[in-house]
Amino acid sequence: MTVTRESLIDFIYDEVRMLDEGRYTEWLNLWLPDGHYWMPLDYQQKDPINETSLMYEDMFMLKLRVERLNGARTFSQKPKSRCHHVIQRPYVDEMDMDAGRFKTTTFMHYVETRLDEQQLLAVTARHELALVEGALRIANKRVDIVNCDAAFRNIQLLP
Amino acid sequence: MGRYDSPAALTALVQPHQVHRDIYTDHEVFQQEMKHLFANAWVFVGHESQTPNKGDYFSTHIGTQPVIQVRHSTGDIHVLLNRCPHKGTKIVIDRQGNTGKFFRCPYHAWSFKTDGCLLAIPLKKGYQDTGLEETDSGKGMRSVGDVKNYRGFIFARLAEEGMSFEEFFGESLSSLDNMVDRSPAGRLEVVGPPLRYMHHCNWKMLVENQTDTCHPMVAHESSAGTAVKLYEEMGLPKDAPKPPAMEIIAPFMSPYEFFEGMGIRTWPNGHGHTGVNHSIHSDYSAIPGYFEALCASYGEEKAKAILDENRHNTVYFPNIMIKGPIQQLRVFIPIAADRTVVESYIYRLVDAPDELTARTAMYNRMINAPTSIVGHDDLEMYERAQEGLMVDGLEWVNIQRLIEENEDFEVEAVENGTTERQMRNQFHAWVKFMTMGQKAEAAE
Repeated sequence: MTVTRESLIDFIYDEVRMLDEGRYTEWLNLWLPDGHYWMPLDYQQKDPINETSLMYEDMFMLKLRVERLNGARTFSQKPKSRCHHVIQRPYVDEMDMDAGRFKTTTFMHYVETRLDEQQLLAVTARHELALVEGALRIANKRVDIVNCDAAFRNIQLLP
Repeated sequence: MGRYDSPAALTALVQPHQVHRDIYTDHEVFQQEMKHLFANAWVFVGHESQTPNKGDYFSTHIGTQPVIQVRHSTGDIHVLLNRCPHKGTKIVIDRQGNTGKFFRCPYHAWSFKTDGCLLAIPLKKGYQDTGLEETDSGKGMRSVGDVKNYRGFIFARLAEEGMSFEEFFGESLSSLDNMVDRSPAGRLEVVGPPLRYMHHCNWKMLVENQTDTCHPMVAHESSAGTAVKLYEEMGLPKDAPKPPAMEIIAPFMSPYEFFEGMGIRTWPNGHGHTGVNHSIHSDYSAIPGYFEALCASYGEEKAKAILDENRHNTVYFPNIMIKGPIQQLRVFIPIAADRTVVESYIYRLVDAPDELTARTAMYNRMINAPTSIVGHDDLEMYERAQEGLMVDGLEWVNIQRLIEENEDFEVEAVENGTTERQMRNQFHAWVKFMTMGQKAEAAE
């Protein structure tokens, strides 16, 4: 495929739709095997390794997270949570056609709900995408929550 | 007159084998806890590395009381109530910062030295001959009753009079010692802000869960059990490096025998720990260069002894838990009878390899974050209990697992790792510190 700004933007829209519709197997297949999903704890955090983050998950952890959602004894998912993204048009920050590497920034409102509770998080998602064997894949994803220093309730699904 | 404003009414809520649900659900009991228990006990405030320089401050709570930990101009750390003695305005609003040589109230510019002493009042002649100095308002910012810096950890007692720090903690300080000794320099430093996690349940449910060794393999089957299953499906060779999650999460699936054999120790005044003989932290892989650094500081024999301790959770009554082997501290901050904020801090071992900090950070996010698949199921259990306790006519919570006749909580004991003795120990201390001073007054 030829990567265009349009195709990068479509990719981001397709990804959040997968998450909202709970199509997690498809979503996991978007990832490169050595990718990390990083959700920092601190505002403008630089180090995902030697400081606490909310998430810094490799493919094993992401698979575990997804697999757990469907478990018979996953008590915090009885009943299941639901989520909903409203996203702005993604900014395409970098297009390195030769290397097949791309970066986008997307501002979004993420809603997660279960039983009588609903929480709204304003987040910024930064994607590093790669063109591998003719398809766009997620190399890394960083999600910053605007009020990262607040005391949160459970966040069980994925912004 | 409320139902729970007498020592007798509070004492009646605790029996040797059960406690009444009002301990978790009743607003008046909660208010009594804030007034007595959190005033009489030594409560964790912060770590000295959060305020390393003169004028550095850090704001937090002791119970529901807003307090400021501040480094005074003499270098020692003071803990002040976060309230202007004039009109009540909180002196600092941000969580941390540097105030220079004095605090200045943003409302009317009354200013105070960093030990709380009144420094200046604008247009002071307006108070001339009014007797301001006789009032509480004229005495500066109020300090807590007593402060202790124990190896970098700051504890405070709100009450002016009461038990000494040494008597309150006694031998239980061996867990804090072990955590600090794990640094070749004998010093810890806080790493970043804490995870902050809001629970709609009573603070004591979280404290009790720290030594509840019969829940991990049940409540955490969905995370730890699934991790083990996924790992087995990968079919990796036995000597291949395991995914990091396996080292951290999988031990939660250990069988009952593991937890029975791990042992529980209780100390007087409500303190206790799991993992006397081994723990879920025992089998972490060695970090190159670390043992050598410890030997260089302490000699091989003491270095081995330090690392041989693998205490799991140490509860310091009333409301913190530490994990010595990974330098984590969790504080269960009471907001209301059914509201608790949990803050989970990690510390760096000064002069130890960075990989240890990385493992600690990993543990913190995998197990104790609001985004943690392990934390999710714990919160679910607490909140189901908070709601279930509203059932009338069935009003007692059972804590009698492995109970013995005439248990004496004023002496140290080591028991089977699945005993609920530590929960009983906490409630024994709860009655003691809830009624402390009130009994004395009644006797006078």
